[in-house]
Amino acid sequence: MHNVVCIKQVPDSAQIRVHPVSNTIMRQGVPAIINPYDLFALEEALRLKDRVGGTVTVLCMGPPMAEAALRKCLSYGADDAILVSDRAFAGSDTLATSYALAATIQKVMGNMPVDLIFTGKQTIDGDTAQVGPGIAKRLNYQLLTYVSRIVSIDQNQREIIVERRAEGGVQRIKTSMPCLITMLEGTNQLRFGDLDDLFRAARYPIKIWNREMAGIEEVARIGLKGSPTVVSKVFAPKARSQRAEIIETVDGDPHNIAVTLLAKVFTQYPELEKEIDKLAH
Amino acid sequence: MDEQSKKPAKKKVELNPDFIHYKHIWVFIENEREAVHPVSWELLGTGRKLADKLGVQLCAVVMTGLGDHGRAICNEAFQFGADQCYLTQSEVLKDYRNEPYTRALTDLVNHWQPEIVLLGASTLGRDLGGSVATTLGTGLTADCTELAIEADGRNLAATRPTFGGSLLCTIMTQRHRPQMATVRPRVMAMPTRDSTRSGPIVEVPFCMIESSILTKVLEFIPDERGDQPNLPFANIIVAGGRGLKRSENFQLVWDLAQVLGAEVGGSRPVVQAGWLEAERQVGQSGKTVRPKLYIAAGISGAIQHRVGMGDSDVIIAINSDPAAPIFDFAHFGIVGNAVLLLPALTAAFSAHLAQRRKAG
Repeated sequence: MHNVVCIKQVPDSAQIRVHPVSNTIMRQGVPAIINPYDLFALEEALRLKDRVGGTVTVLCMGPPMAEAALRKCLSYGADDAILVSDRAFAGSDTLATSYALAATIQKVMGNMPVDLIFTGKQTIDGDTAQVGPGIAKRLNYQLLTYVSRIVSIDQNQREIIVERRAEGGVQRIKTSMPCLITMLEGTNQLRFGDLDDLFRAARYPIKIWNREMAGIEEVARIGLKGSPTVVSKVFAPKARSQRAEIIETVDGDPHNIAVTLLAKVFTQYPELEKEIDKLAH
Repeated sequence: MDEQSKKPAKKKVELNPDFIHYKHIWVFIENEREAVHPVSWELLGTGRKLADKLGVQLCAVVMTGLGDHGRAICNEAFQFGADQCYLTQSEVLKDYRNEPYTRALTDLVNHWQPEIVLLGASTLGRDLGGSVATTLGTGLTADCTELAIEADGRNLAATRPTFGGSLLCTIMTQRHRPQMATVRPRVMAMPTRDSTRSGPIVEVPFCMIESSILTKVLEFIPDERGDQPNLPFANIIVAGGRGLKRSENFQLVWDLAQVLGAEVGGSRPVVQAGWLEAERQVGQSGKTVRPKLYIAAGISGAIQHRVGMGDSDVIIAINSDPAAPIFDFAHFGIVGNAVLLLPALTAAFSAHLAQRRKAG
């Protein structure tokens, strides 16, 4: 089996700070990490390799520094890694990104057919969950989103059975390969890479492809040009017309503060008092 | 390279002339096993306002298996504000599957040419929206928190959190149609039902047959009710954040919630730290809630949290930092140590309730 895992390098959102005066993002010093959701996709692909054998190729679109994210994936046991990097991709929205990634995967398929494509359910920076479905559509692959478990794979029949999270329950689904799977978070635990893989990853010649090498011919379909969505403004939300009424007491005693707060809340919102009566019973 | 890596566009972009005839607003009515997802009604409420602003019709798109429930759902859609319904019924649409649903919605859009298509940002809506937008080659804005029509034109201005929830951005699809967006459940207010409203149902046949569909649903295993916390519909929520300092201190949140009969929630950092299950995360990458009372203890109120709870009726915030953004939108604030104040609140609410019970 040949499985491709699509990953993205993202800024660690827990460490992003907004400048309090200018409301701009302070990028300096924010570490870049592998999108945490993608790690579940990587681990699932590696587990499948442990079970039935085959090759795991990791694919990433991004700036040259994203090579570090791919090297990390190799250290966990991925076999091959490709970075597609070109200034022409800058400003791509999800439609343009899925076009570029699908074209690159098509190029990869020229060397070795692909059975499954894995992605995380979404990224922590864009949070769109749209690139996976986009790639599947473009390659005419069956799409399995929010997969929580691969139940079985029949390589002879080219069939796969999975469980996926749906609204209000779990769907057990059978489909034929090739297909694209977006993995749900918390469904597996990423392994520790072994020492051999760590050494191999350090020396491995990661393929770095520009637009032409990735086989992307139509420049009008990538970057800003290929992106139907346009960001018209970025802003911080408005404060409420009134800031919070700060509850204080002279003595600063927590108990007195709590009692003062309750009196104020119930005077201004008497219906809340009834609501709490009802629920607390 | 998602939306937020782009610089805001400066110049005005004109609509591609191919799309000039695209008109009316569509809401995809998500239903499974004959039950409609509430987010679809919420979208009809918002869609109604947008349609009135543009002077166009609001249409509901209903896809189901065979049976009377299809028309019943349409009738409900009229009561929540739709002017017209498109109804596609087929045995192959009984369970949600990406391939037939994508085909059905794409065909409808290509035939009737709406200018805006809205879906819930549920697992189903995101799965379907991504596939349909890619097929149509149009823009799709995910997980919006606000929808409006731009001030000097007819474009949909879709606002969503960006940079991992640190700021908001407004996204437009200026050249292409339809403009598509998914909206998170509970972000928009539920419209009031008007049982006197009705309208025409346009029945549209579906071309796919079962043998041409590769994916089969073998089984649907419903979640056990009662097991899962239901934060989006909770009336009172007590939530804790990183300001509680240690995992053991989170018990203080549970204690207060117990006294109030409230649900427990938390911010992203405490869920990531493993203090709380992911189902209870409030915010952009978690649940959106609209309780009557939201008590936030040790939560700073970053945008990614605010978009999940900013519409609560009354917000009480406890934070040791007087400059924490949560005090900009909470109704009541206490500047202090949540670890000391939570037990005091628990005791005060207990005493208050005991007194009321004695009195009456």
